[in-house]
Amino acid sequence: MADPAIAQIEDLTFAYGREPVLHGIDLDIPRGKVVAVMGQSGCGKTTLLRIIAAALLPTRGRARVLGQVTGDLDRDALYALRRRMGMLYQFGALFTDMTVFDNVAFQMREHTDLPEEAIRDLVLLKLEAVGLRGAAPLMPGELSGGMARRVALARAIALDPELILYDEPFTGLDPIALGVIARLVRQLNDSLGATAVIVTHDVAETLPLVDYVYFMAQGRVVAQGTPAEVRRSGVPFVEQFVSGATDGPVPFHYPAAGYRADLGLAGGA
Amino acid sequence: MVTTGVWRLGYASRFFVYLLVHSGTALGRFRLTMREIYFAGVLSLIIILVSGLFVGMVLALQGYDTLQRYGSSEALGVLVALSLVRELGPVVAGLLFASRAGSAITAEIGLMKATEQLSAMEMMAVDPIARVVAPRFWGGVLSMPLLAALFSAMGIFGGYLVGVVLIGVDEGAFWSQMQAAVDVRNDILNGVIKSVVFGVAVTLIAVFEGYDAVPTAEGVSGATTRTVVTSSLAILALDFVLTALMFTGGN
Repeated sequence: MADPAIAQIEDLTFAYGREPVLHGIDLDIPRGKVVAVMGQSGCGKTTLLRIIAAALLPTRGRARVLGQVTGDLDRDALYALRRRMGMLYQFGALFTDMTVFDNVAFQMREHTDLPEEAIRDLVLLKLEAVGLRGAAPLMPGELSGGMARRVALARAIALDPELILYDEPFTGLDPIALGVIARLVRQLNDSLGATAVIVTHDVAETLPLVDYVYFMAQGRVVAQGTPAEVRRSGVPFVEQFVSGATDGPVPFHYPAAGYRADLGLAGGA
Repeated sequence: MVTTGVWRLGYASRFFVYLLVHSGTALGRFRLTMREIYFAGVLSLIIILVSGLFVGMVLALQGYDTLQRYGSSEALGVLVALSLVRELGPVVAGLLFASRAGSAITAEIGLMKATEQLSAMEMMAVDPIARVVAPRFWGGVLSMPLLAALFSAMGIFGGYLVGVVLIGVDEGAFWSQMQAAVDVRNDILNGVIKSVVFGVAVTLIAVFEGYDAVPTAEGVSGATTRTVVTSSLAILALDFVLTALMFTGGN
């Protein structure tokens, strides 16, 4: 019987140097769902994504992804695990010296022995799924930001992964491109039977799209639930984040000395 | 600063060994390496050939000026050929290669790192060192001796143009003395060995600096500068060591 959670993070602590970026995180990614990890810039959500992707190893605690504990894997097992995942980077990270077609075909050529005719059909299939079959001969430099991200999405799903990771997929897109990516995330997840983890801070686009949300602040999970539960949660940070209020648990002013004193006015401390 | 330097040197050595061990893709799928031979070697041809020509011409001018003072102007061919084949060919071609191809390789790998292409490739379970770095390394190593040889050849031709055609040194003496004095094993082979060593040094520094670059604009710019400076110093230092070993030990 398949494990109901495709990824489990158990009491995870991670530090790049001396200061921990993540503190004792516990979360589950349920199979077949679209899960969002939201929070401010610098709260550790991209680091968490990289730990799920097994690009980073936990300092303490465990990350179990697709049934394997990432810390126990040797290089070959790690590569085998990565072939079952797909990752979409914030700016696409397309290979700039290859055409769109070759970018999507890359994994097929490297990891399979399929003949070129079969690869051609598969690549066109993936590009059709994201609506860019006509862009196949273009170079990445000729694409707009939204198109580049869609090609990167086609590349990420090239080998039909079980887990797709999205690093800020909505950042910097116009409303039309935003809507297209959001629709594709949901559609591809459902048609591939995959699981999606989206790291984002775009509340308006994400809450209607996802099945479950984790909120993070300063390296900890502060709230979780379905979008409806989260809107009703009453956690002050979540309310400020969702409503976009300028002041609340996250203050507007960066800590500083007294204002009057700074301006050199009398009466300042 | 010294500690960082030593740490980096150790890291570079481990990187070099890893690169050699994982060169199977680069050498097995030779088309990848051929592409890099084109970018590093063929596209450097113009600067190498033109520089070689000018260096040879200047050598002939300067050499004639000194030689004719001792009545040895017929030895001009020997002077030009030995200077180029033993020293100037490998060294100057190496310096030019470092500034043109070395910096291009560093910038390319550094930018791939900055735009997360290497990271993406790693996530797709393809080793970026095997797929991106190793072909560039072998492309540079294979191109460098050929470029040095072409540099020397153009230089000798430039020396001929100035010495024989322009100044009027006897053509027969020019070529026959050169043929007698230049030895395949002691001179030409040593020059080839030098150019291979320089090729390895320059290309290794170039790919390492690119791979280790800080993934920002300033980081890539610093890395390309370090490639050119470090490669140039390495070439000159290695040249001294190799020359000391090759050309003075025989006596």
